[in-house]
Amino acid sequence: MFADFLQFLISGITVGAIYGLVGLGFSVIYNASNVINFAQGEFVMIGGMASVSFLSMGIPMPLAIVLAVVVTTFVGFALEIFAIEPARHNSVVSLIIITIGASIFLRGLAQIIWDRNYHNLPAFSGDDPIKLWGAALQPQSLWVMGGAGIIVLLLWLFFNHSILGKAILATSFNPLAAELVGIDTRRILQISFALSAALGAIAGILVAPIALTYTNVGVMLGLKGFCAAIVGGLGNPMGAIAGGLAVGIAEAFTAGYISSAYKDAVAFVIIILVLLFLPSGLFGRKEIDKV
Amino acid sequence: MKNVIFNKMSRLIVVTAGIIIAFTSMVHSKDAIKIGTFLSVSGPASFLGDPELKTLKMYVEKINAEGGVLGRKLELVHYDVQHVAKKAVTAVKRLIDQDKVDVIVGGSTSGQTMAVIKLVEKAGIPFISLAGAAVITDPVKKWVFKTPHTDILAAKKIFNDMKENGWNKLGLLSGAGGFDKSCRKSVTKVAPGYGIEIVADETHGKGDTDMTPQLTKLKNAPGIQAFMYCGFGAATSIVAKNFKQLGLSLQHYQSHGAGSKSFIKNAAGAAEGARLPAAALLVVDALPDDDPQKSVAGAYRAAYEGKYKDAVSTFGGHAYDGLMIVVEAMKRAGSTDKEKVRIEIENTKNFVGADGIFTMSATDHLGLDEKSFVMVEVSNGTWKKLK
Repeated sequence: MFADFLQFLISGITVGAIYGLVGLGFSVIYNASNVINFAQGEFVMIGGMASVSFLSMGIPMPLAIVLAVVVTTFVGFALEIFAIEPARHNSVVSLIIITIGASIFLRGLAQIIWDRNYHNLPAFSGDDPIKLWGAALQPQSLWVMGGAGIIVLLLWLFFNHSILGKAILATSFNPLAAELVGIDTRRILQISFALSAALGAIAGILVAPIALTYTNVGVMLGLKGFCAAIVGGLGNPMGAIAGGLAVGIAEAFTAGYISSAYKDAVAFVIIILVLLFLPSGLFGRKEIDKV
Repeated sequence: MKNVIFNKMSRLIVVTAGIIIAFTSMVHSKDAIKIGTFLSVSGPASFLGDPELKTLKMYVEKINAEGGVLGRKLELVHYDVQHVAKKAVTAVKRLIDQDKVDVIVGGSTSGQTMAVIKLVEKAGIPFISLAGAAVITDPVKKWVFKTPHTDILAAKKIFNDMKENGWNKLGLLSGAGGFDKSCRKSVTKVAPGYGIEIVADETHGKGDTDMTPQLTKLKNAPGIQAFMYCGFGAATSIVAKNFKQLGLSLQHYQSHGAGSKSFIKNAAGAAEGARLPAAALLVVDALPDDDPQKSVAGAYRAAYEGKYKDAVSTFGGHAYDGLMIVVEAMKRAGSTDKEKVRIEIENTKNFVGADGIFTMSATDHLGLDEKSFVMVEVSNGTWKKLK
């Protein structure tokens, strides 16, 4: 009985950490521009697919991973320059729609560059499950959880203790005022896209040994990551992880104790409840309009 | 004045060009036998349509190089319909009304196939579908045939294996896709006839990354002796990994949806011991030399892999069988008359294809039974034929 409970919890935390890790990427671009980047899932996909393809070229794993992150970062940067930049003065909604278009474009491009098959990235510390009181844990889950924790910490330091991070936040609060104090807001947007892409790639790489990777993997992962970010409060990295864990654990327990048929519904019920009662999410900053 | 002359001249050119085009296309249509096809070459179902189109192209080329059929060349008319049923309807309308094709071999997904059946029946044109669902030919439709195995056959094959081992309690897990649902339905439908009891029936969502909660529940089902997963793609490997992670000691079955090398490769060792019904094409090397399918499937595989430098898949095999059955039927009919060809397709007997040995009849427009599947077990990273 306890073993089952523990197994559901482990599954929930694993899946939750995956959602949270993907959700993190949404926070940076949102913080810089209030834009929700729907191509975030594609960054996750490119990270995974690129590392698989570098690996298959015979490049050693650590180098393949670094290269994949660099490639994805560059894609994020290029996306900003070629798609977002020209439309920079349009409304946030138009920019969001552009990111949806970009996601479809990137997915199509990936199908042409790579293939239509699915691929496995070798787990970082082997495939032998870790036994805990009758439950079993994939070692890669620890990497995902650890990775999520470290990235949250780094993002927190970045936004609160670095000039660049503070400049990003300043730009999101008031772009005009930010420009007046000497912040190059165009540059900030470029940096935020590059950083988001890098985060997405890292998520995609950490997750690939568990979830595998294929050109459409970003669709559902991006959606679930977005849910995590919404539940936790958009823009707050800590919130994305908490939101991811909430959704993941709820899904696992529903599948385990009630019925696997209702599993996906639960995630959406949580989102509706959170949006109804805590519109800015569990950890979101309150929207205050001064009149 | 100059303008008038110019006008007249250009008109003349247009008219002449028109006549030439009309003439050449007339000659062309008289000469070539038109094979119409509509496939999911791009979009999410492209893993089906891509090898299917490549196969059709390759064999049309090959047949033409060898002199064609009935002394006439084959001409392939193709439309990419992605995974959209509506596009399939438009494509089939064009194939029938505009291109006036003699026969249609296509339809990568069951949804597309079902959407065009009415059109095909009304136009009275032989149609060989490349999609899996059993409903396509059950009940039988006059003009509609198909080549892929159905999930009913897969379920029967698995149940035979279970019975031989004395197992009768099965736990089932299936995904949210069309294939998964159809497979689950067939398994539940066929089970009572074999005395198999489904003791657990779990599902998972689209794009799920971890199925351990469902498997933990299955493990606790009273009396469970075997586990089967209905689905395809990345989920098959994820399920295998989770199965190993939990250290389950049940027999692990997968459907024919897992019948690709990707399943073994991406499960990173976790697929060992899993059993599944597979098309002979995938396990050519494991077949005995006297198996009639060995040479046919082997030749197809060698030709495909030689030309496209890509691993062969069962989907391309469906297209190969569809085209060859049509070609054989036309040869026997001695014409491309639609009714005659239809009757000859129905008369297909002991045709050895990549999917199995086809024997069709007026009441069976698939022509395969569960013997066309080979039960295999994953062993040392490859397929091993059982018995």
